[in-house]
Amino acid sequence: MTLALPEQRHGLDALVSAGTPLLRVEDLRVVFPTPERPVEAVRGISFAIEAGQILALVGQSGSGKSVTARALVGLAGARAQVSARALTIVGRDGRDLDLRGLSPAAWGAVRGREIGFILQDALVSLDPLRTIGREVAEPILAHGVLPASEVAAEVQALLLRAGIADPEVRAAQYPHELSGGLRQRALIASALAARPRLLIADEPTTALDVTVQQQILTVFAELARAGHAVLLITHDLAVAAQIAHRVAVMQDGLIVEAGPTHRVLTAPSHAYTQQLMAAVPGAATRGRWLAVAGDAPVRGASATDQPPLLEVDDVSLRFKRPDGSPLHALLGVSLVVRPGETLGVVGESGSGKTTLGKVALALQRADRGVVRFAGQPWSALPESARRPLRRRIHTIVQDPLGSFDPRYTVQRVIEQPLRLQKELDQAARRRRVMELLELVCLPAQLLARRPETLSGGQRQRVSIAQALASDPQLLVCDEPVSSLDVMTQAQVLDLLIALQARLGLAMLFISHDLGVIQHMSHRIAVMEAGRIVETGPVKEVFDDPQHPYTQRLLAAVPRLLPTGV
Amino acid sequence: MRLRRHPWRAPGLVLPLAFVLLLVVAVVLPQWFTARQPDAVDVDAVLRPPSLEFWFGTDELGRDLFCRMIYGTSQSLMIGIGAAAIACLGGIVLGTAAALAPAPLRMLLVRLLDILLAFPELLLALLVIAVLGRGPVNALLAVGMSHIAGYARLVRSQVLKVKLSGYVEHAVALGEHPFTIVVSHIVPNTTRTLVVLATIGVGSAVLSASALSFLGLGVVPPAAEWGALLAGGRNFLQVAPWMSLLPATVVSVSVISITLVGRRLQTLLARGDTP
Repeated sequence: MTLALPEQRHGLDALVSAGTPLLRVEDLRVVFPTPERPVEAVRGISFAIEAGQILALVGQSGSGKSVTARALVGLAGARAQVSARALTIVGRDGRDLDLRGLSPAAWGAVRGREIGFILQDALVSLDPLRTIGREVAEPILAHGVLPASEVAAEVQALLLRAGIADPEVRAAQYPHELSGGLRQRALIASALAARPRLLIADEPTTALDVTVQQQILTVFAELARAGHAVLLITHDLAVAAQIAHRVAVMQDGLIVEAGPTHRVLTAPSHAYTQQLMAAVPGAATRGRWLAVAGDAPVRGASATDQPPLLEVDDVSLRFKRPDGSPLHALLGVSLVVRPGETLGVVGESGSGKTTLGKVALALQRADRGVVRFAGQPWSALPESARRPLRRRIHTIVQDPLGSFDPRYTVQRVIEQPLRLQKELDQAARRRRVMELLELVCLPAQLLARRPETLSGGQRQRVSIAQALASDPQLLVCDEPVSSLDVMTQAQVLDLLIALQARLGLAMLFISHDLGVIQHMSHRIAVMEAGRIVETGPVKEVFDDPQHPYTQRLLAAVPRLLPTGV
Repeated sequence: MRLRRHPWRAPGLVLPLAFVLLLVVAVVLPQWFTARQPDAVDVDAVLRPPSLEFWFGTDELGRDLFCRMIYGTSQSLMIGIGAAAIACLGGIVLGTAAALAPAPLRMLLVRLLDILLAFPELLLALLVIAVLGRGPVNALLAVGMSHIAGYARLVRSQVLKVKLSGYVEHAVALGEHPFTIVVSHIVPNTTRTLVVLATIGVGSAVLSASALSFLGLGVVPPAAEWGALLAGGRNFLQVAPWMSLLPATVVSVSVISITLVGRRLQTLLARGDTP
């Protein structure tokens, strides 16, 4: 005879003590049948998560990590064929619950109740027409965890646990009223609401600023301490390094290496893990290639004695918020970029980095202050006078697809700036396009393709080829690698540095990623709320930050290696 | 590379497509369908019901209605297609101007569009007829012009959207001339959706043209035209209901078929299959 244990009101059931696996996955396979051939997204992976443990599943996009996470909650898609030798979670009743071949109704009882699932984009995942409080209350009511009279108090407790400081206010608000970080917390609270013991989080911090990311990661660490098992899907090795107890590295649907975080990241045994680790930009990678093994030196010295190419002088710009109050996007910003050097601009979202880039490109008019290019007026010119000069300053954006005319093929995209040069005929343009393709290492077969059929890395190369078409002197790069995963990012960064060395380009390099900035820049400017709070050579700023904001920003960066290693 | 079921072979599309093809044949080679002449009067066969000899029956003058429908196809379709084309082109010009023109002119155009939209299309068409006089060409113009405002409104909203897109800003950054940007980026990317809407619009233009003829303002008798045939049958609804019913059915099926083909075109274009 077994006695059902009464469910505890707070904290977790003590049925699974730390050290016993809560989730057991053996030989999990996910296949998507397509007309040509079945695509094996996950090709037989095994792992287990214990209560109180955080397992990080890391890998590039397309490695199968998200599909794995979705298969565990039965959301891999209607066409997915999921099979496994074992796929069990220790259920609430203490018995093993087989997750294979569950009916939609049975999944409904598992999702939220046994497994909490947290998605990357909280704005999309939260119903815009529901208050946060209702969203969090939903799983409690759906699974009948608590009587309706106690739900309101529980919601507030959950919001508090997810790190929301003023739960009463927030519970009454709608998703669009919250910042990205708060939304992510609300999503975590709703995943916790029906008290699952396993949490699966798919890239929970990818869309967030580094300081906010830090706070969210802390929430996960606390949840693990409270006895939750957490499966954290991330492409960011540094995030895994910071809070995961164990790491599993996925490549092409297989786990190529798994083990305790410290062991895997300090002494990776698999070649792919080593490659992945070497591709993470940061202080240690300055002056060497990211995607190529070895320590080949790459950087010429910064030519700081030359007259500046771009001068931004005391520029201010104010936008009007919807409610009429002013938003100071830029406040007295001054900077210079000299020929052949990279000036890194770093800051959190909303700090005015992108606006600064647009002012430099003269796509946005400043309220006050001037921009000069090569010693000549730039922002002060009328557009008709500036138009012929625009070929000297080009831009690379985060989402190249958005900057390509959707009707264009790759060839037409790269040709676009060439067509403005009247002296080039069709044959000359064609020759130049081939040169450019070679320069950015793309095969000629891609010319007839449409950009949307290319991979993210290829698109960014096309965009670089286009930017270089008219021999510019300055590139304004606005988060050029932010939507790429580590290996692709490494290749694109390598390419940019190689091109800079070869063509003597100057770059205004905007990024929220301190590692990327540290790797790429000669000098950096730190932006906060429209102001440049600190500027200087990259080593000085990173080694000895003067401004409290810079110090805070640097402290929040997850370190790949634990301190002292 | 991409394996997909042939998009034109989907069920529910074959019939409309076949019907549209039949209409095209009826325009080009009406004699393939019938040996009679549309204006041939036969006093021995007045108001005959549909039979094997007279598929759609005959009218009060003994004219074969099937024959008249076939010969009326070209009139009706030409008016439909011509009117849709006028509406579409006018819509592009007016809509683009209403989105991009300098402020005072822009506001004026937007208000003008609002006013035009406030009137029923048929009323506008009647207004144009009142100025130009009746006749098939004027009916075409009237229907086309009465539909412009709807297209223009759509074009305007699309242009405003496309104007803010990354590739337009990028084109500015590349140093392209504003006029080039409008002509080679904004308008083509707007009309992508509009072409399809125009196909669907042919159906509604056929209907409007028929309505004008029904009111006696379109084609001049004795010319055969669908709307005119409908109108002609109105006086005999009790004794010879087929005189209106069968032409009405053909008009309905035509409009539905053309619309379905247009919709299909829309989904194909949305997938980006056609450049």
